[in-house]
Amino acid sequence: MAEPVIETQGLVKDYRLGDHVVHALRGVSVTIDGNQLVAIMGPSGSGKSTFMSIVGCLDTPTAGRYLLAGDDVARLDDDALARIRNAKIGFVFQQFNLLPRMSALANVALPLIYSDAAPGEQRRRALAKLEAVGLGERAHHRPAQLSGGQQQRVAIARALVNDPVLFLADEPTGNLDTRTSVEIMAILQALNRTGITIVIVTHEEDIARYASRILHFRDGELVQDERVADPIDARTVLAAGARTLAGR
Amino acid sequence: MKVRGTAQLAVAALASNKARTALTMLGVVIGVAAVVTMMAVGSGAQTRVAEQIQSLGSNLIIVISGSITSGGVRLGTGSQLTITEDDARAMEREIEAIAVAAPVVRGGVHVVAGNANWSTPLFGVTPGFFDARDWTTASGRPLAQEDVDRATKVVLLGQTVAQNLFGGGDPTGQVVRVNKVPLTVIGVLDRKGQSTQGQDQDDAIVAPISTAKTKLLGTSQANAHAVGAILVKVRDAGAMKGVEQDIQGLLRQRHRLQPGQDDDFSLRNLSDIVESQEASARVLSLLLAAVASVSLVVGGIGIMNIMLVSVTERTREIGLRRAVGARRRDILAQFLIEAVAVSLAGGLAGILLGVLTSWAIASFAGWPAPIHARAVLPAFLFAAAVGVFFGFYPARKASRLNPIDALRWE
Repeated sequence: MAEPVIETQGLVKDYRLGDHVVHALRGVSVTIDGNQLVAIMGPSGSGKSTFMSIVGCLDTPTAGRYLLAGDDVARLDDDALARIRNAKIGFVFQQFNLLPRMSALANVALPLIYSDAAPGEQRRRALAKLEAVGLGERAHHRPAQLSGGQQQRVAIARALVNDPVLFLADEPTGNLDTRTSVEIMAILQALNRTGITIVIVTHEEDIARYASRILHFRDGELVQDERVADPIDARTVLAAGARTLAGR
Repeated sequence: MKVRGTAQLAVAALASNKARTALTMLGVVIGVAAVVTMMAVGSGAQTRVAEQIQSLGSNLIIVISGSITSGGVRLGTGSQLTITEDDARAMEREIEAIAVAAPVVRGGVHVVAGNANWSTPLFGVTPGFFDARDWTTASGRPLAQEDVDRATKVVLLGQTVAQNLFGGGDPTGQVVRVNKVPLTVIGVLDRKGQSTQGQDQDDAIVAPISTAKTKLLGTSQANAHAVGAILVKVRDAGAMKGVEQDIQGLLRQRHRLQPGQDDDFSLRNLSDIVESQEASARVLSLLLAAVASVSLVVGGIGIMNIMLVSVTERTREIGLRRAVGARRRDILAQFLIEAVAVSLAGGLAGILLGVLTSWAIASFAGWPAPIHARAVLPAFLFAAAVGVFFGFYPARKASRLNPIDALRWE
């Protein structure tokens, strides 16, 4: 999997705020190969969220090139970007963003109603992804009836339902306790082992240590590209945690 | 994205907030019900006027004996019988557009039957009268030409007269004394009801014109053929004006009136009066519908209001849908379908309520309120249009949201 999934060249994003212009990104060039688990870190205002938005095709850059799996998507129109988000990208958010009035299953199937999948096919795929994150038996629960960790697993299943090439997570553990956070990271690492490229935005050093590569942003620029030789394996942490829990 | 999926989403969203949806719908329900009811009531008013035209006889021109000038003194209408049965025959013969010209003499008579008696107007007529007035007999037979030719002693009674002289019984074949002359009742006329002026048209009796003149009214004019009026039925309503002019020309010629001399007859086109009443009934029903439409528009504003609140409430949902691949038009369609679903459901309920209300008005107030498809269908379509019109702005607002901002919205 040497082929790059994300390749940006001189990515620039300016926002106009009243009279003055905010330079959110000042020329970011980075290549992320397939099968990497990348963490993006940086203080607020560093441009990491803007970078995520552009990489996630929610926004277009003011200047620069962005190739997603070899396709130039920097200049596409709104509808084309929506199609790419639907087919190639999975999102997970800090707030989970599940629709409260729908069952877990319907939430997972949500991206499918914007693709061409037949209703029977939608249900089957959504159920398969829910089972993959261990929530097959909770398919008909509402989000309010699930714990925070379970809700985030539903959100992960939703992000995976269209088999994306890129999985983006914006502070996925920000609303979770430590143990649940590790569980979520275990799921993401397992996904990564199946060949999905994962990019996580986080400000938690602990979480970034599960990644194989850490990009540090500051003032709209990529200031450090850190390769982690030996990332933490969430499974071992969970196993150790289970022992301490059993000992208590 | 499939329409079916969008519709399901819309219904689910509406069902999740039932009280709000119902209240929003109520505006449209009341609006549509008002439109349907008001149009039914208005159409009832028009039906009434149409019935009055029917009772009068349609396409009717009345020629009345009129003012003559005698030694510089102008005498009033009807002061002298200037028109004749011959005039009537000439009109029928000369003017193509005239279907029937029926001469009529009129006078007050006293009718006695057994120990009951009654004073009533008498019309001396020819068989054409029944055609001209669209008046048929409820029982017995109408007048025949033979009755006129031979001045037979027969009479037809109006419903009111029959009621007063014979109670519930059938007077056909009985003998009544009209101004002391015994006449055989050959039939009873159909009920006509009140005229546009509020007179009871059923309080009258009808006899052959010859009988009336020679035996009942005792008219001994110089001209034995003179009549008080001629009822003219025109074949085509559109030809009324032309026929009026033709009659005027013909009569002036027959009466040898010089240019500059006043007509010695006058023409009444009663349909004109009724048509103006019909027009005012139509304006009334339009006005009612217009007022009702205002309430429908207010209902539409209610929809817009709630949809705007809904869009704001669901900003994050919109952001999420955009993030997972919804295009702008998918979001637009979702909210538009929601608005139209509310207005259509409200429209259906409103039609039901409107039909019930019209029925209640018809049965309790005795006012005809017929429901027409041409009143119901526009109301329904109007409701749908209200949904689209007032749903569009909120839906567009939703579709224009920036997904990034929407996702961060608290």
